[in-house]
Amino acid sequence: MRISTDLYHIELCATPWDSLWFERFLDHPEGGGRVIFTGHVREELHQRQVIYLEFEAFAPMAMKEMEKIVLTTAKRWPVIKVILLHRLGRVHVGEMPVAIGVTAHHRHDAFSAAQYLIDTLKENVPIWKKEHYQDGSSWVSAHP
Amino acid sequence: MLVRLLAFGIAKDILDDHVLNVDLTPGTTIAELKAMLVDDYPDFEKLRSIRLAINENYVEDDQIILPNDEVVIIPPVSGG
Repeated sequence: MRISTDLYHIELCATPWDSLWFERFLDHPEGGGRVIFTGHVREELHQRQVIYLEFEAFAPMAMKEMEKIVLTTAKRWPVIKVILLHRLGRVHVGEMPVAIGVTAHHRHDAFSAAQYLIDTLKENVPIWKKEHYQDGSSWVSAHP
Repeated sequence: MLVRLLAFGIAKDILDDHVLNVDLTPGTTIAELKAMLVDDYPDFEKLRSIRLAINENYVEDDQIILPNDEVVIIPPVSGG
């Protein structure tokens, strides 16, 4: 599932993305600052050995919420390019569940926009993560 | 009126199903539906939060549920 315009690209991906393509999307002759954030699956969480994470989404709403976040970002900071990718299904240790890229004229705007994008994604986008260990599994952040 | 609820993440485990059909009195609000869910499935009360969405948008507690609304139970999200 994807939404793509000249300014932004948003996608829920079943398989790993092509990082060269990801970087190329951010290319722009006026882009003086570029910030890329990638999240990675750690091998140990809460002192338990992780085998893989499994992501599930309410996809149509997740796409809508991600687009809202990108549009709000574009209103608050003069960004030139924004890319927001999130994996669904199984993601193994070392792999990237999420990648965010921002191109702006200046670095300050790119840093602020990238920080806002990842923080708001984690707060509002209906995506759920289940950690699978050697000896069981649990939904992340479900309980206080 | 019959309303179809969709559940994801831990909400799906609590209901033991992805879909729950509920018979609601016309005029039922989101807050009332949440209270019904907690009554029928006490495990919902143990969650850090529970939000509901109608037609792919988050809704406030005072929103009234209409026939044909697609209501989705959103347990605490954990993307990223």
